[in-house]
Amino acid sequence: MTAFEAGAGYGGQNRGGGPVTILGGGSEPLVSHADGSPASRRIIVGYGFWIFLLSDIIMFSAFFATFAVLSSETAGGPSGKDLFNLTNVAIETAFLLLSSFTCGIATIGARARNDLMYYGGMALTALFGAGFLYLEIHEFVGMIAQGAGPSRSAFLSAFFTLVGCHGVHVTLGLLWLLTMMAQVFAKGYRADILRRVLCFGLFWHTLDIIWVAIFTVVYLLGSG
Amino acid sequence: MSQSEFETVLDHGDAAPGDEPAGRHEVAEGLLGYLIGLFLAALITVVAFFIAGTNLVWGPSIPLALVVLAIAQIGVHLVFFIHITTGPDNTNNVLALAFGVLIVMLIIVGSLWIMANLAENMTPMGM
Repeated sequence: MTAFEAGAGYGGQNRGGGPVTILGGGSEPLVSHADGSPASRRIIVGYGFWIFLLSDIIMFSAFFATFAVLSSETAGGPSGKDLFNLTNVAIETAFLLLSSFTCGIATIGARARNDLMYYGGMALTALFGAGFLYLEIHEFVGMIAQGAGPSRSAFLSAFFTLVGCHGVHVTLGLLWLLTMMAQVFAKGYRADILRRVLCFGLFWHTLDIIWVAIFTVVYLLGSG
Repeated sequence: MSQSEFETVLDHGDAAPGDEPAGRHEVAEGLLGYLIGLFLAALITVVAFFIAGTNLVWGPSIPLALVVLAIAQIGVHLVFFIHITTGPDNTNNVLALAFGVLIVMLIIVGSLWIMANLAENMTPMGM
C-alpha cells in the first residue's frame, strides 16, 4: 500500500478491515496506528512531560552537587549531626512513600472510572503531602530559630536551597493535585483531563524519587 | 471512550511513561503492582535508616551501602510506580531516562572531582 493510499484510507471507509480511524466519543478523533501515523496524544503528552521531569532532575542534580561540595563547610557553625532529627526524617519519608502509593491508587481509579479510588486516593495523597510539608516547615523554622538559617554557613545555604527546592515542588504538586480533583469533578474522566492526571502522577512519583536521594545524601550521610 | 484510547495506545507499540504495560487493565493487578512497590521501597528505606545508625557493620562501608540502597530504591520507584520497563513499548522512555542519568552523573561526579582538585591545590588557610 502506498503512502497515498494509506492516507486516503483515513477518509472514512475502512476497506482493509483493519483499524484505521477510531473516533472518540468526545471531541477528539483518535488516530489509529497505521504506519507513519503520529502516536496518540496520550503518548506525546506523557513523553513530553517525562522529558520535562528529567530536566527537573538535572536541575536538582546541580543542587545535589553543590550540597555535596559544601556539606563540610560549616564555618564553625552547627553541622548536620547537630541539627538533624532522624525520627522526623523517617516520618517525612513514610508520608511521602505512602502518598506515592495512594497516588498510584488514584491513577488506577481514574482509569477504571472508580470515584472512590480516584477521589479517595487523591485525598489521601494530599493529606500525606500536607503532613510532609508541615514536618519540613516545622524543621526549617526550628533550625532558623536556633540560629542555623541559610545565611549561617555554606553548608546551610546549600541545605536550604536543595531541601527547600524540593519543598516548593511538593507545594506546587499539592496545588496541582487539588486542581486535578476539581477538574475531574467538574468535567469528568475526559481524555484531556486524564492526560493531566497522568502527568500529575508522574510528577508526584518523581518528587518521591528525589526525596529518596535527599534523605540518603543529606540526612543519612550528613548525620553519620 | 478513553478506554478505547488506552487500547489504541497500547496497540501502537509505545507506552506513555506512567502507563502500565499492555494487557494490565484489572484494578486488582494494578493494585498488586503498587503494593509490591510500596513493600520493597519500605523495606529498603527501613534497612537504610537502620544501617545509618548502627554499629553492627563496618563503619567505612556505611556511606557506600547507603548510596547502593538509594539507587536500588530509585529503581523500585521507576519500575513499580512509573512503570518503566525493558519492554519494546518503553524504548523511548528508557532512552530519555538514560540520557538524563548521563547528564546527572556528569554534573555530580564532575563537580565533586573538580572541586576536590581545587581544594587540594589551594594554599591552606592561615598560612
